[in-house]
Amino acid sequence: MRGLVHLAAALDLPGVFDAGAFTALARLAERGGLDFVTLDDSFARPGPDALGVLCRVAPATRRIGLVPTVTTTHTEPFRVQAAVATLDWVGRGRAGWRIDVSVTEDEARLFGRRPTAPADALWREADEVADVAARLWDSWEDGAEIRDVADGRFLDGDRVHRVDFTGTGFSVRGPSTVPRPPQGHPVRVVDATDAHACAVAARHADVALVRAASPAQAAGVRDRLREQARAFGRNPDTLRVLVSLLVDLGDGEHAAEPGHGGGGPRPTVHGPLYRGGPVDLAELVASWHAEGVTDGFHFVPVEPRRDLERLVNGTVALLQHRGLFRTFYPGSTLREHLGLARPANRYAVSGAPAVSRRAS
Amino acid sequence: MTVRQLHLAATPPGAGRPDAGADDPAGLGPDAVWAGTRAGSRIAFAAYERLAGTAERGLFDFLLLDEEPPLPEHRGRPHEPAPAGGPEPVAVLNALAGVTTRLGLAATVNAACAQPYELARGLATLDHLSAGRAGWRVAASADPRTGADHRFAGHPDPYGRAAELVLAARRLWDSVTPEGVPRPFAHRGRHFDIAGEFGLPRSPQGHPVVIRSGDSERAREPAAAWADVLLVRHAPPEQARARYTDVKRRLAAYGRAPGDLKVMSRITVVLGDTEAEARERAAGIRRLLITPRHALCAVERIWGTDLSGHDPDGPLPRTEPRARDRRTRALAARWRALAEDKGLSLRETVIEASGRQSFVGTPGTVAAELHRYAEEGAADGFLLAPQLPDGLEEFVDRVVPLLQERSAFRTEYGGGTLRSHLGVPGGTTDDDG
Repeated sequence: MRGLVHLAAALDLPGVFDAGAFTALARLAERGGLDFVTLDDSFARPGPDALGVLCRVAPATRRIGLVPTVTTTHTEPFRVQAAVATLDWVGRGRAGWRIDVSVTEDEARLFGRRPTAPADALWREADEVADVAARLWDSWEDGAEIRDVADGRFLDGDRVHRVDFTGTGFSVRGPSTVPRPPQGHPVRVVDATDAHACAVAARHADVALVRAASPAQAAGVRDRLREQARAFGRNPDTLRVLVSLLVDLGDGEHAAEPGHGGGGPRPTVHGPLYRGGPVDLAELVASWHAEGVTDGFHFVPVEPRRDLERLVNGTVALLQHRGLFRTFYPGSTLREHLGLARPANRYAVSGAPAVSRRAS
Repeated sequence: MTVRQLHLAATPPGAGRPDAGADDPAGLGPDAVWAGTRAGSRIAFAAYERLAGTAERGLFDFLLLDEEPPLPEHRGRPHEPAPAGGPEPVAVLNALAGVTTRLGLAATVNAACAQPYELARGLATLDHLSAGRAGWRVAASADPRTGADHRFAGHPDPYGRAAELVLAARRLWDSVTPEGVPRPFAHRGRHFDIAGEFGLPRSPQGHPVVIRSGDSERAREPAAAWADVLLVRHAPPEQARARYTDVKRRLAAYGRAPGDLKVMSRITVVLGDTEAEARERAAGIRRLLITPRHALCAVERIWGTDLSGHDPDGPLPRTEPRARDRRTRALAARWRALAEDKGLSLRETVIEASGRQSFVGTPGTVAAELHRYAEEGAADGFLLAPQLPDGLEEFVDRVVPLLQERSAFRTEYGGGTLRSHLGVPGGTTDDDG
């Protein structure tokens, strides 16, 4: 028998900069028991800092995973990992990080440090940033802060490690300034639509987002990603593949338009789009899930304020009723929602030399 | 005549030293007691929630969170006695914006690795999410080890870079019209060459509050030119008055009024029911701070020798320090003279030489002294650095009411923004100030 389906939703609200709207939507998604919400970010578009917004949302929510996009091209890897780790501390184990790159010349001009580079080079760098982030999260072993009063030691120096990472474009000595986050490694999410991003997803991601307009397409993408993950020495069952779907539930309970319902969403330039009612969407989710072609869905509502409410009260409620989706959160961390184990620390044998850089 | 009102700010226990490192070759580090049942973790969000809640209950102007420096090392290993590790400050402040309503939220930003666009965006986000309560302390001197963790750090001119960072950030914030329409910006200077359009509308404060710290010329002049708050070391009244006068005098040259820059000194406070009890508590805290292991490490740092096996309750090392630089040698000479004068052991010497608390007394005498600093033009306010886990609670419960009785401190928040708390003019109209 298959496990429960995993569901996530995007909170993207163009033109919104105050906290209230984001908080309200995240709480709505949490009421529906969703695994996580995403908030996209790019220096190329107007909008607030996504990680900042989800930090603001964290104390107003209790269980839902919080996954901001943080780019790797013009940012400092050391600071990115510290910020993501802090989101995990602030959210008590609910942080994720959607890894992305900055491809445009306009973004490069905002920073004025380096010209733009081809996407494959940027994704190779993102791969290294994802790698070094996990090393820095491990650079403090759990419980390195010992507070041994009798001995006057705050830290156990044997349980704090340098990472001594040398990448193609940057190097990091470590250790991190932030103790190991509650989840060990916050959940790394990669949109594997771009061919260059696939390797990063297969190697480092806990969750890969893919585009598919039919069950066959979804199965194909998922199989390829799992195969790549295996080639990198991973157990493919540690990778969740979610189909990212634009959803437009604006027509209320009307049946899905031809080509949107059971037959699958319609391809558009922005990705596959489902347009129809929440009931038919639940049907789509249930049938794709039953076929075993995906681990779940990442919904991107075209009108979040309207569509998220319909998703939660319509689609999710139906899936819960059919026993396909959780009715409460049995766990408290995002890893627990996703059924992913808390990773072991690569430095955990105190005093042992660090494992070689490419091993995972 | 109206009574001069104080401004108060808080930092987490052990943080916010405006001059950390500068006059501290011994790396005395801990400035707060981390042992004991009430001392929680430095990383758990609950600790920050509690601290911010207390500061807001006390009607403080702002909370300042420092950026964690690279992990302190001692003889090539992590320095075990020193509290270390903490969250990224701006991320925590965004979360605190959700659990507070009026308290100003300020973060230290290391100018050595910050990039104007990313920084301006992050602070504008905080200002939007907190409805106008964001501030930032521009730290100019970076730990050289920061360079080992960053792509772009280790610049030869940290002070120049810090000043240009402020200028560039303000240029970005000002590039958006009050109506929220982005206009192209371009900034070309010695350190940054950037252009484009800023991605956020004007934030409630326009410019988040800028804090500079330090006592030297290199801090005073830039502060007069562009800061809203100058954080200084605590000093005796006369010295503090002279410094205050000197700083305020510099403002006119930049077309600014004396009130446009608030001078706040970082202080530690120890309270007791009697003066004697307060003094005893203060000495007790210093003994807790300087553990035997800590005392040995401090002396090892100055002497540059391995002292494992040395008795911390025995005398200072008989050998001369290996260090060549004049400052370290002078410090060692002072410590030796102190030990010989008073017949102190190694640990007693470190305890004696390490920082005295700024104000020690009953709540009444401490309130009176703080007020006197403001009345006599020695400070506009204070940044309170608690040494004990409950230090801020104690101050808020016992000293703040007495300051309010003297009309030396607000009894409610007048406005909603940090600029309105501080009474510093903003880059935009502040309709609730």
